[in-house]
Amino acid sequence: MQMSPATASFESPPIDTVGVEERVARLCSRSIKKDAKLQALHLTLSMIDLTTLEGADSEGKVRQLCAKALQLHAALPDLPHVAAVCVYPALVGVAKRALEGSGINVASVATSFPAGQAPIEIKLLEVRKAVEAGADEVDMVISRGRCLAGDFAYSADEIASVKEACGEAHLKVILETGELGTLDAVRRASDLAMRSGADFIKTSTGKIKPAATMPVVLVMLEAIRDHYLRTGEKIGMKPAGGISTAKDAIRHLVMVRETLGQDWLDPDLYRFGASSLANDVLRQIVKQRSGIYQSFDDFSL
Amino acid sequence: MTNSTPSTGLKAPKLRLGIRDGSDDGWGYAPAPESTDHVELRDRYGLFIDGDFTDAADGRTFETANPATEEKIADVALAGDADVDRAVAAARRAYDEVWSQLAPRERGKYVYRIARVLQERGRELAITESLDGGKPIRESRDVDIPLAAAHFFYYAGWADKLDYAFPGRGARALGVAGQVIPWNFPLLMAAWKIAPAIAAGNTVVLKPAETTPLTALKLAEIIRDAGVPPGVVNIVTGAGETGAAVVQHEDVDKVAFTGSTEVGKLIRRALAGSDKHYTLELGGKAANLVFEDAAVDQAVEGIVNGIFFNQGHVCCAGSRLLVQESVADEVISKLKDRMETLIVGDPLDKNTDIGAINSRAQLDKIEEYLEIGEAEGAEPFQTSCPVPERGYWCRPTLFLQASQSHRVVQEEIFGPVLAVQTFRTVDEGIAMANNTPYGLSGGVWSDKGAKAFRVTSRIRAGVLWANTYNKFDPTAPFGGYKESGIGREGGLAGLHAYLRPEAAA
Repeated sequence: MQMSPATASFESPPIDTVGVEERVARLCSRSIKKDAKLQALHLTLSMIDLTTLEGADSEGKVRQLCAKALQLHAALPDLPHVAAVCVYPALVGVAKRALEGSGINVASVATSFPAGQAPIEIKLLEVRKAVEAGADEVDMVISRGRCLAGDFAYSADEIASVKEACGEAHLKVILETGELGTLDAVRRASDLAMRSGADFIKTSTGKIKPAATMPVVLVMLEAIRDHYLRTGEKIGMKPAGGISTAKDAIRHLVMVRETLGQDWLDPDLYRFGASSLANDVLRQIVKQRSGIYQSFDDFSL
Repeated sequence: MTNSTPSTGLKAPKLRLGIRDGSDDGWGYAPAPESTDHVELRDRYGLFIDGDFTDAADGRTFETANPATEEKIADVALAGDADVDRAVAAARRAYDEVWSQLAPRERGKYVYRIARVLQERGRELAITESLDGGKPIRESRDVDIPLAAAHFFYYAGWADKLDYAFPGRGARALGVAGQVIPWNFPLLMAAWKIAPAIAAGNTVVLKPAETTPLTALKLAEIIRDAGVPPGVVNIVTGAGETGAAVVQHEDVDKVAFTGSTEVGKLIRRALAGSDKHYTLELGGKAANLVFEDAAVDQAVEGIVNGIFFNQGHVCCAGSRLLVQESVADEVISKLKDRMETLIVGDPLDKNTDIGAINSRAQLDKIEEYLEIGEAEGAEPFQTSCPVPERGYWCRPTLFLQASQSHRVVQEEIFGPVLAVQTFRTVDEGIAMANNTPYGLSGGVWSDKGAKAFRVTSRIRAGVLWANTYNKFDPTAPFGGYKESGIGREGGLAGLHAYLRPEAAA
């Protein structure tokens, strides 16, 4: 049996799936009401990476999205702004111009998103182009095939080279947990990504189901916590895909609070990758303030 | 090949996480109290004898109070010998004239009916349980009440199938069962006792604990409203003397007791030489063994569930943590962090993890053990969460560096207090787990399946959990070795305890 250097140099702890699910169920039983809820909703908005990742994305679509990022809901001017707008590399420039001076970051997926099945040279070139065009954050995908085949050294090297190509830009590493299959594999990939230079670890591309399930996110949060306890380094977390309601988002915040503590309840360390979450949160905020649910048509796309 | 300590390799991290409930900074949870509007509680409760509520013959009563506020909830009739006589006579008459004459299928219908109404009135019962006993609503709502209903459902199914339950051995009821239950799971213990007894064709006289009589009395209402014939179930409230009158009554055929080992011994002595059948479910001091190959985070969760469930008022609580030395620092550090997220307070708040200690007397006992542990040289750790001013509270507590010779390791505390010890080898862990007068339960944490089976089979306890803790199911027998009791409740074994062992005709 051939052992790659990366597997020999570290071990990830075993994960008990039943136990994880039980812990998640208990976290989901927290009841968040009144002020705590309103606070959580605001926090959620500030953590959103407003995302469009379609083949059909155009400059017009991205400008629309950026306008939404700048003004989430005209009737509520005192809301926090979202953390970032996330687009394909070809549209980074458009987003950058639209968001100039707003404090909202531009994130770009790269490395042959979503499959990642391209030669490393092309992936690195894509990363550099995205950063040149103004991306503040790069969301890369790992080579799941290599990970599943046990070639962790390749994945570690790949992440490290992408990190280098990012320069000043922050690197989020997408594990695509829906393709990894087990929580043990999720934990291993999380550890690998953090040790190879990730600033954030991210669950999914949004193209594969299941995506950001609570058990997967919990395992990743525990990996981040262990990494922090070992190194003092705070790695961020971004669940993406499948979180579409305010209720889901609040459950995530509860999980973060009780696993990592208050420090991670911050857009610098926690993000939601989502396209439809913002409007549900806005609707809940209006409900909390007015007592009445508005029609979805009262919120801009 | 790398060898196998796939723990995260953490050694006593210096860094701490900013997890602290009750700290004012950052995002916290607003109060989320369960509404009590639709729960009707009377000022005064009588004894449930022969299908009716009556006062005690001598008119005596006692108070039941809310341990979270120390406020009185109701006056409850205190049954004396005359009342117990009346209850046993009613049970005997109901057994002779009605219940033993009824087609088993009809008996089953009544038991099913009780189960259904328990579910329908689940929320009301959960709130009552939390008000009267102090346990968090999350547990009474998600554990106590659903499990109580599940016991009635399970045993209802057996009522007309007794001949199939024990083929070739016949199945005759014992007669009148005298049952005494504790205050830690008031309604659930009533269900454990009543459901198999009446499904098997017995009639019962049940005595609930004096600090938590209300849900049993609500169950009496349910039983009456379900049309169960008068006298089949009788509920007499009171303290130790009432319980003694029930178990020693000469016309009682079977005694079922759940409670302390001390009282269990008295009962066994009192029953010696009599022809009464009996089952005793007594104390425990269970070991929760965490091996170096365990999934650490899930093990920590299991340790928390093991000892802090129901304020530690659990006979099968994992009150001794035995952790392998190679992972002890990491496990203990993570356990402390997890404990800091536990919210102690208002039992009716949906976010409360640890409610009120059941009574002043129990709190005194726990506090005495806190002093004993420190005096013995164990190192205490308590979380920093705030607790309300009124009521009976105990923060989740560890005794680190505890030793096998310490009383906090040997004796049942029955509170949120965990004695922590380390071991080096598998054999040593097992030896320490077994070195106790008790033998009710235990837990083993290892990612290696074969090891989990090997270790659990070497621990002398009635219930062993692997990679989980405090899981209950009506189909599973429950009971102890050694000073943890005799006989089993739950499952077929629990049914058997209410039947006469006879060869088939």
